[in-house]
Amino acid sequence: MAKAHVTTTVNGDEYEFLCEPQQSLVNVLRDELRLSGTKEGCSTGDCGACSVMMDDRLVCSCLVLAVETEGKHIETIEGMGTAENLHPLQRRFLEINGLQCGICTPGILVAAKALLKKNPNPTETEIRFWLAGNLCRCTGYDKIIRSVQAAAEDLRKDKSNGNHS
Amino acid sequence: MDQVRYEAPETLDAAIALLSDDTTASTIFAGGTDVMVQLHSDLIEPEVIVNVKNIPDLIGIEEIGGVYTIGAATPVAELQEHKEFCEAWPGVIEGAELIGSVQVKGRSTIVGNLCNASPAADSVPPSIAAGATVNIVGPNGKRKVAVEDIVTGPRQTSLKKGEIIVSTTFPARPPHSGDAYLRLTPRTEMDIAIVGAAVNLTLDDLGICTTARVSLGAVAPKFLLVEECANALIGTRVDKNALYALGKAASDAADPISDKRGTRDYRVKTIAVMTLRAAERAVKRAREN
Ligand code: FES
Ligand code: FES
Repeated sequence: MAKAHVTTTVNGDEYEFLCEPQQSLVNVLRDELRLSGTKEGCSTGDCGACSVMMDDRLVCSCLVLAVETEGKHIETIEGMGTAENLHPLQRRFLEINGLQCGICTPGILVAAKALLKKNPNPTETEIRFWLAGNLCRCTGYDKIIRSVQAAAEDLRKDKSNGNHS
Repeated sequence: MDQVRYEAPETLDAAIALLSDDTTASTIFAGGTDVMVQLHSDLIEPEVIVNVKNIPDLIGIEEIGGVYTIGAATPVAELQEHKEFCEAWPGVIEGAELIGSVQVKGRSTIVGNLCNASPAADSVPPSIAAGATVNIVGPNGKRKVAVEDIVTGPRQTSLKKGEIIVSTTFPARPPHSGDAYLRLTPRTEMDIAIVGAAVNLTLDDLGICTTARVSLGAVAPKFLLVEECANALIGTRVDKNALYALGKAASDAADPISDKRGTRDYRVKTIAVMTLRAAERAVKRAREN
């Protein structure tokens, strides 16, 4: 079977790639598009390391076929901030030590950003339930939750000052 | 797994033609949350993957006169965002909400949860209790089937080659109706039910239960719709005695296995408690509307 030709938008840029029909999106992101910020932990939808946004929905990119992203809009960790201009979530994760090895971090940041867009002022319980599909073997989660809470506050302040981020 | 082909038909007819071809092994691909895992662990080895998400009939939530029809490929996340559906069927949402993480619910569907045919699927007992039906189309035309008649055993369904579930229909609710789903798991999130119980009931103006449907999950090879449980509630005010009789009927109906999540005895005992508590929750909701 010939490879499929797919055109999709990732972080605002249009990409074209060839893929096998059964190849997962995480696989294409990392190996074909060289966007290796998205991690692959379990490949079965259990760990959340591969979390990305697809047409504004949080999904596991290991459970998405690359061929079905034709015409879709994907957002990955690479689109979140730059080294000079970190997203408030990234800044707070660094400050509060919301990460150790960092494998779970891109997925958690993408998932947390999706939460704060939907709910700018989540309770601790809401954060914990929202991130229940993101496993972390290092931090014990507390610092992740505190980082998200601090970033949420930053974003609320930014917003009331009229800034967008 | 060489020679896999990918198809994304835009009409039901085209999908049925692909799926009913006897010479090729095919798999329906909607949310993909089960199929991707099966595909990559070689549990299934289809020659053609049929993505059905480009077929308009399978997408969206429609309400006409209180009757809801949910397209089979509509992700659970979309159901959760539908305020009116959530208010009409809180028990169905309680079950659907347990289909994995936020990420998984961005893709997974209640029809996928049904067709995956695990006896522990969380959205199925509340759909059965709701009296929901699925609308099937296949090479021999259309048929409507009650949700309880789809799963025939672990990993087995009554669907025939080439058939596809297009949507699920939930009936209109009379006043004073309520439903609820409760399950027991080792953890609060991201786990599989040890037992699950769904209750859907309607009260009259005096608070007497006039109709009830009770469905149990994870306590038998397939989902149970237990008439004795319904009979324990109908004609009562859903008081203590009725609840006790309900719990006993649930235990009597259960015929579970022992596994790492719980022994047979544990399941038989806890199904009574879960069913009783689900009924308490359902009746509270029924009294509020
Ligand atoms: S790699 Fe996708 S959820 Fe673990
Ligand atoms: S920081 Fe290592 S897995 Fe989370």
